Amino acid sequence: MADMPRPDSTIDAREVLSESDIARALKRIAHEVLEQSRGADDLVILGIPTRGVELARRLAALITEIEGREVLAGSLDVTMYRDDLRAQPTRAAQETQIPGGGVDGLVVVLVDDVLYSGRTVRAALDALADYGRPRAVRLAVLVDRGHRELPIRADHVGKNLPTSHSERVSVRLRGYDDEADSVTISGGAR
Amino acid sequence: MSAPEPRAARHLLSVADLDAAAVRRILDTAVEMQEVQRRQVKKIPTLRGRTVINLFFEDSTRTRSSFEIAGKWMSADTINITGKGSSTSKGESLRDTALTIAAMGVDAIVMRHGASGAAHQVARWLDELGTGTSVVNAGDGTHEHPTQALLDAYTVERRLGSLDGRHVAIVGDVTHSRVFRSNLLSLAMLGAQVTVVAPPTLMPSGASAWAERDGFTLSHDLDAVLAGEVAGGVPDVLMMLRVQRERMSGGYFPTPREYTIGYGLTRDRLAAFTAASPHGVICHPGPMNRGLEIAADAADAASSLVLDQVSAGVAVRMSVLYHLLASEEGASA
Amino acid sequence: MSAPDTDLLIAGARVAGGATDVLVRGGVVVALGAEATAEAKGEPARLDGDGLDLLPGLVDVHTHLREPGREDAETIATGSAAAAAGGFTAILAMANTTPVTDTAENAERVLDLGRAAGLVDVQPIGAVTKDLGGSELAELALMHRSRAAVTVFSDDGRCVADPRVMRRALEYVRAFDGVISQHAQDPDLAGPSACCDEGELSGRLGLPGWPAAAEASIIARDAELSLLTGARVHVAHVTTAEGVEVVRWAKARGARLTAEVTPHHLALTSDLLRGYDPVYKVNPPLRPDEDVAALRAALADGTIDVVATDHAPHARHDKEHAFVDAAFGMLGLETAFAVVHDLMVRTGEMTLADLTRVMSTAPARLAGLSAAGHGGLIEVGRPANLVLVDTEAPVTVDATRSASLARNNPWHGRTFTGAVRATVLRGRITYSPQPTTDPEVTA
Repeated sequence: MADMPRPDSTIDAREVLSESDIARALKRIAHEVLEQSRGADDLVILGIPTRGVELARRLAALITEIEGREVLAGSLDVTMYRDDLRAQPTRAAQETQIPGGGVDGLVVVLVDDVLYSGRTVRAALDALADYGRPRAVRLAVLVDRGHRELPIRADHVGKNLPTSHSERVSVRLRGYDDEADSVTISGGAR
Repeated sequence: MSAPEPRAARHLLSVADLDAAAVRRILDTAVEMQEVQRRQVKKIPTLRGRTVINLFFEDSTRTRSSFEIAGKWMSADTINITGKGSSTSKGESLRDTALTIAAMGVDAIVMRHGASGAAHQVARWLDELGTGTSVVNAGDGTHEHPTQALLDAYTVERRLGSLDGRHVAIVGDVTHSRVFRSNLLSLAMLGAQVTVVAPPTLMPSGASAWAERDGFTLSHDLDAVLAGEVAGGVPDVLMMLRVQRERMSGGYFPTPREYTIGYGLTRDRLAAFTAASPHGVICHPGPMNRGLEIAADAADAASSLVLDQVSAGVAVRMSVLYHLLASEEGASA
Repeated sequence: MSAPDTDLLIAGARVAGGATDVLVRGGVVVALGAEATAEAKGEPARLDGDGLDLLPGLVDVHTHLREPGREDAETIATGSAAAAAGGFTAILAMANTTPVTDTAENAERVLDLGRAAGLVDVQPIGAVTKDLGGSELAELALMHRSRAAVTVFSDDGRCVADPRVMRRALEYVRAFDGVISQHAQDPDLAGPSACCDEGELSGRLGLPGWPAAAEASIIARDAELSLLTGARVHVAHVTTAEGVEVVRWAKARGARLTAEVTPHHLALTSDLLRGYDPVYKVNPPLRPDEDVAALRAALADGTIDVVATDHAPHARHDKEHAFVDAAFGMLGLETAFAVVHDLMVRTGEMTLADLTRVMSTAPARLAGLSAAGHGGLIEVGRPANLVLVDTEAPVTVDATRSASLARNNPWHGRTFTGAVRATVLRGRITYSPQPTTDPEVTA
């Protein structure tokens, strides 16, 4: 019988992405986004709280640096759009901040740290629709750990990480967690 | 498919049902709800499939429509029911009325009643039967009005930042005020210091012992309070309470003129307050008796938050409904 | 009510301290001690009194039976059954029925319904004013001269607030040594929806209350009127320390004034109102700890003369309104002995003899029922109105198991020490949870 996952236990945690891995992955994604969007025109990067917001900020800065023109980052809270509200304790809603005030006709890149069931992204697409009609929506994630429950895939992936359900993936980001950047995996059947 | 487990109902009957963390959660979420209010499409799916009954035994267009809009913007089905005269034992009992509504399978009853404690009683009766229906107190007699206190706190914090360490003077018909009783609790949780100003006849019974126990100040002298001659100094916030018309003939004070001169926020007092407390703000739960407890100049002053309060009402009530109804698991820390 | 044909032998109970046997024949105590067993004829009905105390039957000068008018809340028969279960052999039925007991005919009807039920002596109280209106005197002397022989008058539920009406009533009943039982509470010192003690708690709860001064000022006024007229005033349900002080002062001045306290005011405090449960809504209201302590002390030192229940049954739906709209009152007949014994005797503040005085002898004398054999000593030749109690037995109150039709029982779930084991009215067992050998009773 499998051990229960031990949340917040770092004893058996192993690092799968280091600080430099994460930096490289984001840089690659920045290039991919630019390539796919054919430049930075009409581009807006929206992070999904909480850590997606920090990743979006970094991604926008990288793109700005590469292109030499400012690309704006913002945040899109999906709390009120989740389909699992009944099963979760309620949390305070997080900030939604759409740079420039709207998304009509823009290319929106949604950014999240971990792509898992796909339900957060579904909620984000619903939330986004209430702000307007983007020309296109793309999805960038730092880690894709599989186990999708909806027909959703990411356009840009930092690392594909096959996991079991019982494993726990944690993302730590400097500026948000007061820790060095890392992605670790812990728990799971042994 | 098996029937869902009945959920243990959560109620908001008194601000005392919350702790400081819960108040903070509600106020934080209200900030985001106010963002919904500014959108073109004012609709989020959060409470889709939930039914909220506004059960108002006492007329209040303002509070009822605020709750109704809050529910609708969150995609709940909201229905208004006006309770008939409740003061006679001849008619249907309050318990029967509440049970009848709960039996329809509604998720929440937002209740306004002219009698203190009515929402508590209904919540207890529903809990005894395990209906799983939440009760939100939208004003019970002269007892509490928790969402009003939450929206007051929200409005003031939006203007002044944190309420922690701020001095709030609550002025007027304190004894009959449910707004006062709820605010006293929420302001304490948020770290504000409170001075209660009223003529002796409009102080609640046992006010001295109450003030001593709960650590607030009593005064019968509004000018001294505005001059900062009480603990806490010059107030940062003036909460003017409505003087009910029916009190004027109740012998609580000799004449409206005498009340205004003693306890009204007159033009002169507004000037004194603005000079002493340049950042100071003025609240009033409405509807206002202009010229009695508040001069028109004060109601319309830049420091007046009266309209902000109304606007915040919807956002705060959305937040309250979300935290009470969205989850079957309670709230996270 | 005719006495049973068979003898009743109460064996081995303590009577005023010493264990003895008591023989009852024809409704009267005919022998005590060894003679009792020797004299018993044939197969007497028996009550085993081993380890129990035999007291004169309890007398309640303040009971609300809802008949006529609200037989859905209580009838004279169900109220009588509750009284018998509580150890009472006589109760005084308050006048605030529909119609009000303000005529001789209405008083006789209550008397007759009480006799028909046959479980306790039901003595009607007459209204002081017509329809409890507070302004015109009811037919006081006609009620007194009726078969009901009314001697206690009260507008209870309402205060006789008009001083002139109170003065006239006292002057009038003095002629036949009647007594006016006053609900001492100045209605003008509180709003019309007053429903609790006025104090810090009512301020917090936003409930309108009565100040203690509303009680004390009426007691003081009525004491003066008693001195002025020479008539007897009885202060119903005193609830405040201030009220107790005024009673003490009035007695010191020589006013013909007596006072009562209820078990609930001796035991329950206004803190119970925090949950807005109407079961605790009562008039006069529950008061804070300090008042409760003063009432207990005043009962123990004799300032307060009697305990009365103010048993006030209500149909369930009349209590299921918002607190300020719900009916006033709580049940009390079945629990009175247990509560008073537990609070006052078990704690050593009073003796069992003191309890007998305040719950039997003094109320019987107050109501003019001594001659009919209520209260007083248990001795040969006296009518056998008796109660057999167990001062050691714990009693846990279960509101669902009540002889009363009503369920507004504030004592539900509470445990007291002191149980009624049997009640005897003129030799007939009117209540007994134990099996007896009397075939009529067990049938």
